[in-house]
Amino acid sequence: MARIVGGITTSHVPAIGRAIARNLQDDPYWKPFFDGFVPVRNWLAEVKPDVAIVLYNDHGLNFFLDKMPTFSVGAAPDYRNADEGWGIPTVPAFQGDPALSWHLIEQLVGEEFDLTTCQEMQVDHAFTLPMALLWPDQRWPVRVVPVCINTVQAPLPSAARCLKLGQALARAVACWPGDEKVVVLGTGGLSHQLDGERAGFINKDFDLRFMDSLVSDPAWATQFDTHQLVELAGTQGVELLMWLATRGTLGSQVQELHRNYHIPISNTASGLMLLEPVA
Amino acid sequence: MAQHPPIPGTVIFDGAQAMKGYALNRMCYSFNDAANRQAFVADEDAYCAQYGLNSQQREAIRARNVLQLIAAGGNAYYLAKFAGIFGLDMQDIGAQQTGLTKAEFQARLLAANNQTRSN
Repeated sequence: MARIVGGITTSHVPAIGRAIARNLQDDPYWKPFFDGFVPVRNWLAEVKPDVAIVLYNDHGLNFFLDKMPTFSVGAAPDYRNADEGWGIPTVPAFQGDPALSWHLIEQLVGEEFDLTTCQEMQVDHAFTLPMALLWPDQRWPVRVVPVCINTVQAPLPSAARCLKLGQALARAVACWPGDEKVVVLGTGGLSHQLDGERAGFINKDFDLRFMDSLVSDPAWATQFDTHQLVELAGTQGVELLMWLATRGTLGSQVQELHRNYHIPISNTASGLMLLEPVA
Repeated sequence: MAQHPPIPGTVIFDGAQAMKGYALNRMCYSFNDAANRQAFVADEDAYCAQYGLNSQQREAIRARNVLQLIAAGGNAYYLAKFAGIFGLDMQDIGAQQTGLTKAEFQARLLAANNQTRSN
């Protein structure tokens, strides 16, 4: 039986791609950020997951406003990155797992998550940069299933709904007959706002409470609607929905193995957590 | 949308904005493709006309003014592709919107480290 071995949540700021391309990992500005990933890489090397389910939000590479699904799941044999318009290098293609994808889709739709399914899907920096942070040689040792959550166009799915999506994903993985070890990645956040006179907004207090809540009280953030989450975390900080969905996949109790929080990376309060389910 | 008080300095990109900004965002989405970025640079008027920008959108593009672009229905993620043509990063864009120099904007971001936990 397949099982979820852990959840990793991380920011996905495009500037990370630029820093990787320029080998700035030891630059004083970047070092506190990149160093945060070392314990997570060590954990991955030890646990050796077979599959990564990646919960992320597309920023206008695969989806435009002509069709904007709330939840979409990849069911492609492979997934490619492409030019997003501002020039960070693309990364090698990712191998998919269509059979597992369709199983997850069947189960999720069976649980009344009315998804969009994608047999072709380009994955943007929100998918590729966390992968490159976890596996810097970019020789991906996992097959992937992308799960995309709309944070481009309101109305966004609620925090409660995203947590439930994660819980449903966990049940779907648990009834997959394979024996894969599955790691769940949730990318985005933490607090930041790119647009408007409020650009540069960061809320450290909220971020730290939110990170704590993922360990001790995962439903804490569901007290806020998405408008309130924008107010608390910024227009793009609402990407914490991906963290909540990831937390939802990990069961009622988790052990926090690692955390990093660093202000700022570009305009963003960057966060990283490694959580392991407690059986 | 429900009865939410507006968030100062913030435009929620909802259905109304998505309709208003459709042509502008569609043009910016096209900038994923390098050939389209070059076509825009080669003949900006023709490119904007091809996407049917209204006069407010055209003027905001001409002014390279992010707040005007947002007011015209622009979405941050698509506007970032427009900014990419000029090699602007998110801190340039943040500085422009807040009326700060880039150095001042960066200092403001760094100062967020000094925010204290409420308990």
